[in-house]
Amino acid sequence: MPDMYFTKDHEWVRVDGEVATCGITDYAQKALGDVVYVELPTVGKTAKQGDQIAVVESAKAASEVYAPISGAVVAVNDALSSDPSKVNSAPMGDGWFFQLKPSNTDEIKNMMTEAAYQDFVKGLLAG
Amino acid sequence: MAETLFPADIETMQPGQVRYSFLLNEQGGVMDDVMITRPKSANEQKTIYIIINASGRVTDMAHIHKNLPQLSARLLDDRALLALQGPKAAEVMARICDAPAQLRFMQSDKFVTKDFGELWISRSGYTGEDGFEISVTNETVEKLWTALLAHPEVKPIGLGARDSLRLEAGLCLYGHDLDETTTPVEANLVWAIGKHRRTQGGFIGADAVRDQIQNGVARKLVAIRPEGRALARDGTLITESSGRTIGRVTSGGFGASVNGPVCMGYVETAFSKVTTKINLAVRGSSLPAEIVSLPFVPHRYVKG
Repeated sequence: MPDMYFTKDHEWVRVDGEVATCGITDYAQKALGDVVYVELPTVGKTAKQGDQIAVVESAKAASEVYAPISGAVVAVNDALSSDPSKVNSAPMGDGWFFQLKPSNTDEIKNMMTEAAYQDFVKGLLAG
Repeated sequence: MAETLFPADIETMQPGQVRYSFLLNEQGGVMDDVMITRPKSANEQKTIYIIINASGRVTDMAHIHKNLPQLSARLLDDRALLALQGPKAAEVMARICDAPAQLRFMQSDKFVTKDFGELWISRSGYTGEDGFEISVTNETVEKLWTALLAHPEVKPIGLGARDSLRLEAGLCLYGHDLDETTTPVEANLVWAIGKHRRTQGGFIGADAVRDQIQNGVARKLVAIRPEGRALARDGTLITESSGRTIGRVTSGGFGASVNGPVCMGYVETAFSKVTTKINLAVRGSSLPAEIVSLPFVPHRYVKG
């Protein structure tokens, strides 16, 4: 499976050919607490890297989710509308948010690798 | 004497009884909401205990001293309050003292315990569930906290969880659903004003309250159930079908027990009837919602 890349806003992306699957990280779901609602984009919507594209709500707060990579939405994870707790139980698996057709896969070069992201999170926790 | 300050029927309270009340300004606006306890003990019948919001500790005391200087009112800042709430609260409380057998909902007494000295316990709370509020000295509170948590049934609760419980129970949060610009009539709290006091008055804000009871109010606090799962939080504007704003959400979040979003808010009185369809303006879209009756989750108080 291709590698995941990460943003400092705690999104992840995995680019597999023409499809970039995106979600939020384990650190993000832990910080949010129980996820109770996810507002997903409509298929066909285009976003640039860093644009707000979804909203994730926990009991505590609503948080914006940004597109980790530019592209057009080709699929959303409809299972989250009936069971948003998948974001807590499998944030980097069944709890994925949406898939994009990336317009420029080179953008992953300005993102963190998994190892770099883990260091980044360690820094935040030590904060 | 305290009836000058509080619209509750204090004179008729039985020893050991607890009542919900509030401090009002001249316009009938709620300055704070409080719990008043008349002590059980025969030698304390000239005393009442009042639990105020911590945020009101300065302003409430100033208001009391200013309007009733002859009342000897003192802030007991040597005591802390813990709340033990939930269907198993009585089971756990019974291991510490006799309060579950002695008290029914909104009753209070002092209990001498072996490990924690004298505890002032009320069967009351802010969750809609059975439970106890325990006033304990600052010196002992940590010991009591630790001892309570040692029971397998007991867990600490965060503010978010507490807020969803009180919202589902339809209990107002001061600073959100109640403030100095909202009145007990608008907030459906007339029940907390003694019957004869509604007509006789004699408390600060009585004229405004009586006028509102007789002539009605322009807005009412209502319960709102959004369709779907998107949350509408405090501050969300409420609109009618034309898009005109008719009110604002004052408490909103996820109701874990009803497994969906729940809100309270003020709407123009014409839209306050249960089953009225309204809309909520959330992030640029208009979410359909309905006025429903409170509470969202039935209370489970142990009444006498």
